[in-house]
Amino acid sequence: MASSTSISVEVDGVSYTDNVEPRLLLVQYLRERLGKTGTLIGCDTTNCGACTVHLDGVSVKSCTMFAVQADGHKVTTIEGMAQNGKLAPLQEAFHQCHALQCGFCTPGMIMQSASLLKENPHPTETEIREGLEGNLCRCTGYQNIVAAVKSVADGVEYGDSGVCVSESLTHEVAKELTDELTDDDSETAGVS
Amino acid sequence: MSTTTESAHSSGPSPEIGKSRLRKEDARLITGRSRYTDNMVLPGMLHLAMVRSPYAHARITNIELTEAKAAPGVFAVLTGTDLAAEQGSLPNAWPVTPDQKAPAHPAVAIEEVAFAGEIVAVVIARSAAAARDAAELVDVDYDELPVVMDLEEAFTDAVLAHTSLESNKSATWVFDSAEAGTGTSIEDALAASDVVVERTLYQQRLIPAFMEPRSTVVDPTGEQITMYSATQIPHILRVMLALTLGIPESKLRVIAPDVGGGFGGKLQVTPEEIITLLAARRMGKPCKFTETRSESLQVGHHGRAQVQRMKIGATKEGIVTGLSVNLLADMGAYLGLITSGIPILGAFMYNSIYKFPAYRFECNNIFTNKPWTDAYRGAGRPEATFAIERMMDELATELNMDPLVLREKNWIKHTEFPFATVAGLEYDTGNYEAATAKAVALFDYDGLRAEQKRRRDAGATIQLGIGVSTFTEMCGLAPSRVLGALNYAAGGWEHAQVRVLPTGNVEVVTGSSAHGQGHETAWSQLVADRLGVPFENVEVLHGDTQVSQRGLDTYGSRSLTVGGMAVLAAADKVIEKAKVIAAHLMEASEEDLDFTNGAFTVRGTDTSTSFSEIAFAVFSAHNMPDGVEPNLDSEATFDPVNFSYPHGTHLAAMEVDTETGQVKVLKYVCVDDIGVVVNPMIVEGQVHGGLAQGISQALYEEAVYDDAGTLVSGSFVDYLVPGAPDLPHYITARTETPATSNQLGAKGVGEAGTIASTPAIVNGVLDAIRHLGVTDIKMPCTPSRVWHALQEAKSTGGVQ
Repeated sequence: MASSTSISVEVDGVSYTDNVEPRLLLVQYLRERLGKTGTLIGCDTTNCGACTVHLDGVSVKSCTMFAVQADGHKVTTIEGMAQNGKLAPLQEAFHQCHALQCGFCTPGMIMQSASLLKENPHPTETEIREGLEGNLCRCTGYQNIVAAVKSVADGVEYGDSGVCVSESLTHEVAKELTDELTDDDSETAGVS
Repeated sequence: MSTTTESAHSSGPSPEIGKSRLRKEDARLITGRSRYTDNMVLPGMLHLAMVRSPYAHARITNIELTEAKAAPGVFAVLTGTDLAAEQGSLPNAWPVTPDQKAPAHPAVAIEEVAFAGEIVAVVIARSAAAARDAAELVDVDYDELPVVMDLEEAFTDAVLAHTSLESNKSATWVFDSAEAGTGTSIEDALAASDVVVERTLYQQRLIPAFMEPRSTVVDPTGEQITMYSATQIPHILRVMLALTLGIPESKLRVIAPDVGGGFGGKLQVTPEEIITLLAARRMGKPCKFTETRSESLQVGHHGRAQVQRMKIGATKEGIVTGLSVNLLADMGAYLGLITSGIPILGAFMYNSIYKFPAYRFECNNIFTNKPWTDAYRGAGRPEATFAIERMMDELATELNMDPLVLREKNWIKHTEFPFATVAGLEYDTGNYEAATAKAVALFDYDGLRAEQKRRRDAGATIQLGIGVSTFTEMCGLAPSRVLGALNYAAGGWEHAQVRVLPTGNVEVVTGSSAHGQGHETAWSQLVADRLGVPFENVEVLHGDTQVSQRGLDTYGSRSLTVGGMAVLAAADKVIEKAKVIAAHLMEASEEDLDFTNGAFTVRGTDTSTSFSEIAFAVFSAHNMPDGVEPNLDSEATFDPVNFSYPHGTHLAAMEVDTETGQVKVLKYVCVDDIGVVVNPMIVEGQVHGGLAQGISQALYEEAVYDDAGTLVSGSFVDYLVPGAPDLPHYITARTETPATSNQLGAKGVGEAGTIASTPAIVNGVLDAIRHLGVTDIKMPCTPSRVWHALQEAKSTGGVQ
């Protein structure tokens, strides 16, 4: 067996000291050693983002880091997002906007969205889409995920009607598209 | 019978039906309390790694295991020979013809491998890492055999995919409207046509690419063998494992815990499931196998992969006279559970929403040295819809007619339902005029046509095209009799149980097992509606054969239209049982009782008893009527009399950069008619996700192989599953024509978006650059392919 190294990591507010093999990935450490199975593995090439966690408050793909690289750092997983039984705003938004179906991409998607909003508290729809580029979802077609992130940025208060935000967004975007089309006319089609 | 109503969040017949209830299943999924199979850890659990063939076709001459067996933490290394007596042959449940040919398919290959990735040995070790390390030490000698990768080449039998078969042809399946008595002769029809358009279209091979890699844990301890698996089909899997392995069905329990997407890709009995079970049984310890993403893309079954030779005839006025379809369908190297039936499902859909007088369909199921194909979202119907909608556009071009006008000339009018189609189905209801009118208005069809003309006249760099797709599909699989007539081994019914707890809470057991579709929420709405109990007091149980003893699982947009109806029927039986007891408790006659809002009331009085009071009375059983059992629990099995036929009109405005070949979806509008809706929010989510996968077939995805048979697009680096920036904002709306095949009037929605969107996108791309001489582009329409098509058209003088 390979040699092991001692690491100290704070994960979701709890300090751990463990001996780990140098080749152990951070995501494997979280799932297999700490039982933090809320963080999921969807690929082996760092493309899907299902394993996204925060390292000192910044999103990282935990399949692309060795556990030893997290030594001395603070890790937050999806399991540490709710505080005192209260969902984080993005968790609530994903629920309200029907931004998940099978739920497999959801932990990573929420962690990445949180990081995105920290960097850019008022993103446009395009900025949200680009900010989530490294997180794949196969169920939702992304529209409601974008709506969820936007609703947090906009400070939307959800009613109890359970009506998906995207319905209203649909009409807003339809209007934007029409405007954009009018703008594009002059630029691309050379029509005065 | 047809009615069309405004649909956006319209209130249904009750407060629950038609309400966008937020999902119950979200709470665990957004907080990381999920229970996916790979999360499972059991005492003493061992881990498996597969040794897979790097060759697409080869004879195994020797397997050297000594070094692997001696590796640290290794418990056993098994070959196909070791498992030969127990592994059987993986099942195909759909022999489409009596003389269908299929090679034996052992889970671990014994003598010959027929695709790259086929399993040749399995390592059982203390950890997944130890198993993978040891798998590297297994030394296999192969004699390479010739490979056949191309479908059209395989059809010629010049190279055989299996040395054990004399031909690559598995089966030929034919439907002819003249023979079936559903229409006239196609030869006569085409001969008498003013115009005949002939095209060959290609359905590229797709990979379902669900986000959760497949995983299986088998626990052999205790009296039963328990399998946890990331599957869509726990019930079918249990039966098939019993039949394949000779284990008594009663000794098997299959659990599908949280399942991270399927899209048909987890509608399979896999070698990995068989192997994990056999390994656990041998070792007497729980065993786990979780595939890597690369393995998942390489060997999980694929979808589509067809060559479609199409001929359509019409009068010069644009009335279609007949349609001929000749398919080559790539089975891959083996027949999976329903591989052989997938293209046949399409046979009933090529005529789509149209009144074609003559129709002939022929499909040749062909083996190649690629992994098996099988169900992928839509399963045969997207292929059919793509082909007919592409052909309608080609015909419109030929006749110099607006594509929507041509479609309207041929589609079934809403006054003509029910309509017996040339393919032998009876469409119960529909209103294509209403859906199209709504789509045209939302899209601003005329405005965009004017814009298209402006750009054409100006010779703009970025051209605009409008893609049209009008579609219907048969879903809600299915009437068992129809499946029987098609020689499918199983039925199409679904089962449900409604159990009333002493407190009046209700447990609903459903045989259709969800993996993202929101059954826990929607089924709660159904039962809350019917029994008048609070939505919160309903608990939906599924995905465990010990809890849900009967079921046929989730696929083919069947859950609500079949499984949901079983739930309603079981709830109705509960009410019937409760009524007898309510009458006794209130000393009234059953005929004088009304059941509303969860209480029985004696008509014309204020005497009533609530559902929870009756539930407790049944629990205590102190005061039951004579001869009545103290039990409200009920079950029901529903077998529909017909499919459901959702339909819709999808319109795509596509921009094509004529200098770079870059394609952009400028605007996408879809109006779907899926009948009565239980939860509009969930429906919209299904539509969005379906659109994403259909658009992605048109623009992004393809499983690519090299000549030796190696999957080139074998990781998410190479296989383009679109991200958020790659997909547009969808503008969705609905019309509502209730189905008559179920009591709710519901139709399926899971596959609609995928079925309709692919041709809308490709028609739009072609419409943008057809005036430059481009008449076809193979999917996916990548910038490179579009650019090359433009260059080729230019060099052959197509440019104006």
